[in-house]
Amino acid sequence: MCLAIPMRIKSIENNKATVEVGGVEYQAYLDLLSDAEIGDYVIVHAGFAIEKLDEEAALESLEIWREIAEFSEKRQGRKRN
Amino acid sequence: MVKYIDEYRDPQISNSIAQSIKKIMPDSAINLMEVCGGHTITIFKYGIRKLLPDNLNLISGPGCPVCVTSNDFIDRAIAISHLDDVIITTFGDMIRVPGSDSSLSKEKASGADIRICYSPMDAVDIAENSPDSEIVFLGIGFETTAPLVAASILAAKSKSLNNFSVLSSHKTMPQAMKALLDSGDIALNGFICPGHVSTITGIGMYEFLAKDYKMPCVVSGFEPVDMLETIFMLVKQIAEGRSEVENQYVRSVKPEGNTKAVKLMNEVFEPTDMPWRGLGVITGSGLKIKEKYQDFDAYKKFQVDFPEPKEFPGCICGDIMRGVKVPTQCKLFKKVCTPEDPKGACMVSDEGTCATYLKYASLD
Repeated sequence: MCLAIPMRIKSIENNKATVEVGGVEYQAYLDLLSDAEIGDYVIVHAGFAIEKLDEEAALESLEIWREIAEFSEKRQGRKRN
Repeated sequence: MVKYIDEYRDPQISNSIAQSIKKIMPDSAINLMEVCGGHTITIFKYGIRKLLPDNLNLISGPGCPVCVTSNDFIDRAIAISHLDDVIITTFGDMIRVPGSDSSLSKEKASGADIRICYSPMDAVDIAENSPDSEIVFLGIGFETTAPLVAASILAAKSKSLNNFSVLSSHKTMPQAMKALLDSGDIALNGFICPGHVSTITGIGMYEFLAKDYKMPCVVSGFEPVDMLETIFMLVKQIAEGRSEVENQYVRSVKPEGNTKAVKLMNEVFEPTDMPWRGLGVITGSGLKIKEKYQDFDAYKKFQVDFPEPKEFPGCICGDIMRGVKVPTQCKLFKKVCTPEDPKGACMVSDEGTCATYLKYASLD
């Protein structure tokens, strides 16, 4: 029920945006955001954008885990050899 | 590649986090509750439980709004649907939930005008285009949804619509989490806190659980990498003897939340005591429409009578919502109660615990 999906804003008209995910377009109201712009990724729930996604924050923890995964893969590779 | 989704489903990263959890896992059993129904789906759909140590248990909680909606609310909605010139509008999840004697879908089949909306704004559009009918929107959902419904009431007001109203059963999460702990029914070691509720509210509302109840809390996203990282953060807190509120879902959840959305919600709604299926009436856990907007309050607009609500005999949805029992312990599960003919609310919604158990049983 609290399902919400990240979508990219393609265009904005008044308080309504056309948003897109995987080639499918939806309409989303922007009443709950104060600074949404074209190209931003937003979380959409029941026809409203409820938050703008923070790219920097998103990448930070992902990078750490990616490094750990690559490190342990290399280590396992060494063990196998 | 779909941004913000694919990278959080990376199997290599998921396995790496699962290995890290095993490394720091204490010998004693750990019980974590995923409060949100969306998280229950993530856990089952991606087979998360198979990646975890045997002594780490995940317990589903009361975070499926449809499932915790009381029969009283459904019976009332059905009674209103019988009035002349009324159109009931609702999220799709609600339509098949059984009330005491019927459901909205059965009433629809018998001729009541009941329509599914993707957004509460669709209901406002219907009101604008049907001036001779009364449009009643069924307001269910937690803090994620209440601001949107508030926005739809404000939109109806600005359009001077006098034929739009909301039957509010909106609920707020922290009071239910507190009620679960106060009941003493289950022994928990940490909460996987809802990501989209927290996107609206921020993370401060869980502080009392960490401080007063010594309960580790981590706000989580909805992809498998999110869920595993959240579990890692909780196990780490437990292993280190900490109980804090942490935020895994940083790309969506700001510490202070979405203040504009909270302001909208507080403009239209105020706290009230609310009945929850399985948990009873919880003080201050609901949202009712403020006096100022009473013209949009369906409780005030439509006085209806209906018999005392009753539950389907043998249904244990209430116990499942409290995390005390699992669906396989229900005698009705898969036999009498199925997605095609649900007897309890937990079998209806996609994120209902019984529906999720049934759908993804082969993966668990």
